[in-house]
Amino acid sequence: MTTNTTKNSGTPENSGNADNTGNTGTTAKTPASVPTSALPLPPAAARIAVLAGSAAALLGTFLAWTWTTAFPGDLTVTGYPGGLQVITLVGAALTLLFTLAGQGIRGLRWLIPGGTNSPVLLLSLGVLGTTGYTMGAIAEHLGGIVNLEPGAWISGIGALIAVIGALGLPSDLPTDEPHTSPWQRMRHSLKAPAPPRAKTLPDWIEILIIAGSFGIGLYILAYGIEAYSELFIGFLITTIFGATALNRAGLIPRLNTLTAKHRNVTFTAAIVAAALFPFTQSDASYALIGVNILIFATVALGLNVVVGLAGLLDLGYVAFLGVGAYTAALVSGSPASTFDVHFPFWAAVLTGAAASLAFGVIIGAPTLRLRGDYLAIVTLGFGEIFRITMNNLNGSAGPDLTNGAQGIPNIPDLEILGWNLGIEHDVLGFTLSRPANYYLLMLFFTAVVVLVFRRSGESRIGRAWVAIREDETAATAMGINGFRVKLIAFALGATLAGFAGTVQAHVSYSITPEQYLFANTVPPNSAFLLAAVILGGMGTISGPLIGAALLYLIPAKLQFLEDYQLLLFGLALILLMRFRPEGLVANKRAQLEYHETDQLDVPDQQKLPEGTVGASKAGA
Amino acid sequence: MTTMTTTTTTTVLEASGVTMRFGGLTAVRSVDLTVNSGEIVGLIGPNGAGKTTFFNCLTGLYVPTEGKVSYKGTVLPSKPHLVTDAGIARTFQNIRLFANMTVLENVLVGRHTRTKEGLWSALLRGPGFKKAEAASHERAMELLEFIGLAHKADHLSRNLPYGEQRKLEIARALASEPGLLLLDEPTAGMNPQETRAAEELVFAIRDQGIAVLVIEHDMRFIFNLCDRVAVLVQGEKLVEGSSETVQADERVIAAYLGTPFEGAPGAAEVAEVEAAEAEAAEATADTPAEGKTP
Repeated sequence: MTTNTTKNSGTPENSGNADNTGNTGTTAKTPASVPTSALPLPPAAARIAVLAGSAAALLGTFLAWTWTTAFPGDLTVTGYPGGLQVITLVGAALTLLFTLAGQGIRGLRWLIPGGTNSPVLLLSLGVLGTTGYTMGAIAEHLGGIVNLEPGAWISGIGALIAVIGALGLPSDLPTDEPHTSPWQRMRHSLKAPAPPRAKTLPDWIEILIIAGSFGIGLYILAYGIEAYSELFIGFLITTIFGATALNRAGLIPRLNTLTAKHRNVTFTAAIVAAALFPFTQSDASYALIGVNILIFATVALGLNVVVGLAGLLDLGYVAFLGVGAYTAALVSGSPASTFDVHFPFWAAVLTGAAASLAFGVIIGAPTLRLRGDYLAIVTLGFGEIFRITMNNLNGSAGPDLTNGAQGIPNIPDLEILGWNLGIEHDVLGFTLSRPANYYLLMLFFTAVVVLVFRRSGESRIGRAWVAIREDETAATAMGINGFRVKLIAFALGATLAGFAGTVQAHVSYSITPEQYLFANTVPPNSAFLLAAVILGGMGTISGPLIGAALLYLIPAKLQFLEDYQLLLFGLALILLMRFRPEGLVANKRAQLEYHETDQLDVPDQQKLPEGTVGASKAGA
Repeated sequence: MTTMTTTTTTTVLEASGVTMRFGGLTAVRSVDLTVNSGEIVGLIGPNGAGKTTFFNCLTGLYVPTEGKVSYKGTVLPSKPHLVTDAGIARTFQNIRLFANMTVLENVLVGRHTRTKEGLWSALLRGPGFKKAEAASHERAMELLEFIGLAHKADHLSRNLPYGEQRKLEIARALASEPGLLLLDEPTAGMNPQETRAAEELVFAIRDQGIAVLVIEHDMRFIFNLCDRVAVLVQGEKLVEGSSETVQADERVIAAYLGTPFEGAPGAAEVAEVEAAEAEAAEATADTPAEGKTP
């Protein structure tokens, strides 16, 4: 009964636009579908509190937050925000923008096709988190809250007022349940309706939007890569809340429909944006982070073929990266290599990939007859066997092939078409450092792997993989040779990792068995690879790329955590699995899964009228 | 498109002496069954009679302990995917759709054996790939129209109502262009009206020249539909013949309802029961009194 009333009265209200939110909370008398708020404030007062609080937080960033430059980022200048102040500034500005959009100001409506007030709440929470963190960090770093200047207090208290105001705003979705505790009401306030279908714009505008979005995305990522520890934490807080807010506001779903419509444009835009990254970097160390992220992401995408599409849990995947890297190192002409050969790069890549492929088939052929947990255990074992074998092929415990624990050092730099990747080049006035050169090379491989993933996924073989993942018995009954199809997935995944390995060997100068552990604090390792796939979103392309970037940056930026890294990492994974089991990027299937109420149990309307009476009689 | 419907009867499926033992348990004992082209054959029997086990033997999910199964004269291999490739498609008793794939994708998976594009052609995307992919889509959509689910092609199959899931499973099986379709309880859980629709569907499939072997508990459905019915009881084939023969057969009735009492199941039994009831009533009347006295 109650659900009926919600459905009927709910639809017109949550159709998602600005004008209804301010008034309905007070005027609507039906107890069934009143938009609640977490705190009982009059909506007008709440809105003013958000606006005033955000404005205060924004203005506070122009004042000094502390008296000494000892705290990183120089927060002492009045009139010129720096470091973490910039992040608070951006967050507060966004809060203001979305609040004003919620007021129904013309020209800002496009910001909120979905939720209206939940983005405001999320953004204000982000500002409070960042500002609060900054104040805490200053106090901790310099010894006591006396080190805070008035600017910090203004921003902090402003952010707090904004959050209180945002909690007083009516929720975007009406509810029929009496949410008794404020916590439940707050969680309800965070929900937002999905945006309605967008108007179709001219193609060139849509393409411009995609290109612009990727430009902004690149800028944000580059900012994160360059950030120092403290700044990175603030960046992370604001980014997480900001991204969730944009999602609730309906902008990210809108963008997703656009990218799904113009996939080739999206692909090109992403590659171009990524290729521009080294040109924006003056410091070689950031380009090195970039190339490491790319290697990690590419291998994660290869693993996604195995785990995400075919559903084979591979816990020793990093071994294939190692096979590629060792093969490339052995034929690179390194003085430490047992083979006195120097293959050109293309030949080394093919050899490395072929070696990985062979290993994939050798490991896959016996293990893929196993299902589920057993496969995971066996692959875990093989991953370790690879590392230990490389350790033992040192001349004393076995034949001398890999120099054992010393690994293969002094791997020479690549030279492709007369372009030496080891030295700096000046291109169009930009200086490309050594890591930047490798970054561009690796980007090419990433693009290839993305194409391979996309094309294989959307084909007869890709459907067979998914079918095997869903129900192996039914799949074989549909004529799919399960073993063969799984072996193809396994071998393809191995080959893609091998490609990445050949570049990795040259980027890192030397390779040792200890780079290919199951779990380590430094990616890539098997556990992190799997985590990147699951965190990012299984079966998607952008998911593992984003997951890999996060999982590389977080340990790299938060090195002071040291021993707690893996603990926090585990906690983060548990929280993610609890609140967003489909991963950061949900693929088409997962999205449908999580919106199943649209379709589930809907009685078959077209057929009933003809024979309902007869059916009920027969039933009785 | 489909193989031409010949009026002369040719044997599509021939199972001879199929026996399936699991350790000491003999689930199916030396069953012979033939299905001719253009025929709908029913397989009935009480629960646990071994019908589904027999199906699994036919489709290669189980390797029969003894006996052989041949399809159009050639002995079938004992791998499920090769059986499907040979031309036998099946549905499952408990629906086994690919739950998180769309309706269209489910049918496309059914096309697997009739298309040959491997990994390389998928990666290179030559004209051959595109043509095959387009043809598969077209055929899959035809099948969805045939079962009346074309408008739900983009839905996740797990979100379909139950009856439509059953239909989709049939469409998926038909996508492999079979010569024989095995249906394992296609109307389980359906209301009478849906059952009637399923009946029409099976007739329409037969009219396409596909022989059908169907397991079912709904007797009206079976006797309306089938040209021949075989009864399986405790792993053995009891009778086989037209609906009338089977319906009239005492052993079949016995298998389903149990045998009548030996001797005279009349007045004596009734009297006995009545006496017992009277005694019980007396006992219950006594008990409270007894309970009070001490």
